[in-house]
Amino acid sequence: MNNIIAAPMIIPILIGILLIFFRRFTLLQRWVSFGGMAASAFISIYILNQIQSQGIMRLDFGGWEPPFGILFVADSFSMLLVTTTSIVTAVCLLYGFSSIGEKREKMFFYSFVNFLVAGVNGSFLTGDLFNLYVNFEIMLLASYVLIAIGGEKRQFRESIKYVAINVLSSFFFLIAIAYLYGTLGTLNMAHISVRVAEVGQTPILTVIGVVFLLVFSLKAGLLLYYWLPGSYSAPPSMIAALFGALLTKVGIYAMFRVFTLIFYHEPEVTHTLIGVMAALTLIGGSLGAIAFKDIRQIVSYNVVIAVGFILVGLAVATPSAIEGAIYYLIHDMVVKALLFILAGMMMAVTGTAQINRMSGLIRNYPAFGWMFFIAMLALAGVPPLSGFIGKMLVGQGAVEAGSYILVALAFISSIFVLYSLLRVFLNCFWGETIIEVEEKVPMKKGWLISCALLTLMIFGLGLGAEALAGYVSSAANTLLNPEIYIDAVLND
Amino acid sequence: MYKTNDLILRTTTSLIAFMMLGFAIYLLIAGHNAPGGGFVGGLLTAGAVLLMYMAYGTEAVEKMIPINFTTLVPIGLAVAVGTGVGSFIFNQPFLSHTFGYFTFPIFGEIELATAMLFDVGVYLTVVGVVMTIILTIANDR
Repeated sequence: MNNIIAAPMIIPILIGILLIFFRRFTLLQRWVSFGGMAASAFISIYILNQIQSQGIMRLDFGGWEPPFGILFVADSFSMLLVTTTSIVTAVCLLYGFSSIGEKREKMFFYSFVNFLVAGVNGSFLTGDLFNLYVNFEIMLLASYVLIAIGGEKRQFRESIKYVAINVLSSFFFLIAIAYLYGTLGTLNMAHISVRVAEVGQTPILTVIGVVFLLVFSLKAGLLLYYWLPGSYSAPPSMIAALFGALLTKVGIYAMFRVFTLIFYHEPEVTHTLIGVMAALTLIGGSLGAIAFKDIRQIVSYNVVIAVGFILVGLAVATPSAIEGAIYYLIHDMVVKALLFILAGMMMAVTGTAQINRMSGLIRNYPAFGWMFFIAMLALAGVPPLSGFIGKMLVGQGAVEAGSYILVALAFISSIFVLYSLLRVFLNCFWGETIIEVEEKVPMKKGWLISCALLTLMIFGLGLGAEALAGYVSSAANTLLNPEIYIDAVLND
Repeated sequence: MYKTNDLILRTTTSLIAFMMLGFAIYLLIAGHNAPGGGFVGGLLTAGAVLLMYMAYGTEAVEKMIPINFTTLVPIGLAVAVGTGVGSFIFNQPFLSHTFGYFTFPIFGEIELATAMLFDVGVYLTVVGVVMTIILTIANDR
């Protein structure tokens, strides 16, 4: 019995509910949310260390033993993501304090951020397929509110698309679960895995697997990403940062879980399909990233490229590729939050989103300019920053597996990432300054502190990759050997 | 301005609304191990209150039931989550529930279950959400 592993989901829910009562007390709302996120980050780190010594932990809700009850399973992979989620959200909240505006803060903004994180953490932790669906819905319902909060015309237009596409994909998710339950008669993920292994992955099961792939790729923006750039550029930058850092990652997590634990018997079909989709995503995302002049679109397409890159790791599924994908997943959560926040700051100080109307920002705000430069290098995968180790391991894994096309596309896409952001850097930060000294919008403390924290984390993840190695290899080990997970859930 | 002819509606409402409210309470209390539950009880309550709104008008009902239905939502949520978190205190797995038999004067021996508290939370949330949605649409001009 490990009640503590429910804490990363329960703390945000309790705080979210509590804050509804204190709608008018903005200051209280801010710091209670921040404190809650910090607390759940510390608890997550503690659990992560417990897992290293005790193995995978699980919590059977209400004492109902698996496979009959619903349960939370904490392995290294989920806890790494839960920890990163809590930390990144805490830093985004710091940025939000000075950027989101009183009006939105009084519209239950912090409650919904907490509910969003509860859904995200719950999705990472759950060991039951239907419970995964429920947690997806908690996360999505909160994101529907956050995308439309404030009620600007652009937000409403994009939120209609966002809600429509997500309702559709949730519908497919339910159908896929129903098919799987009808075929195998269980919803516990470990139990499903055992039964799939017993009967063999028959064609019907592979088809169900592909339906799951469709669902998760809609959520993650793998190939089916056409809704993503619009939706992520509509809300205020703090919310966009949360979305860019967290939401697609949940889809990616679900894909990793399902295709390493359940449908791993027919990689020629499913993993080849993932590889093709990842390749097309890399191409499409790269073209999108250099095609637009709107900074919000550029950073949104960078999210798409990262999704393709991480799934190259799943498609080849060698040990080093999976490890690399995990490293890159953690890196991407941090660096995408930073990128969206930086883009939001650029829009805030210049009052425009078009990169050809900005110029010379580095003269006005040197620290800000250099942080953008560092984020750009990290995204391109320059050592010793955080993107390097992930890119190297994914590339190494893909070469081992002989998927040369994927290797080539993955690294060409890195060049496109570098080019798209370098274009932003050259346009907006270099050149003649357009902001006069007296017109200069003072940079708020919260903006710089949150960016500086994320930049430090980029350095930390890059230089401290060695410290993370133990956790990551334990996570990859569990993903590659499903019997470890199954043993922890069913025979314990 | 003509006076609406709603004698039948008003007369039957005063009878039916009370029956509905009573039945809603019955469903809520029976819910944890018999057909019923907080959700359907909440819907029935909201239906009864709505009927009163239609028969007597907004002002009269607001005088009768001076509750801001929106605040019922977080209260209900807090009660429902609280029953789950309560298991932390007793060192039981999250969401554990228990029950016991207690003897009361008049009623005799009665089974009380913590699952019913959860149902109360769901009940309050459903009443709050349904009434908020309907009143928001009704007040929208």
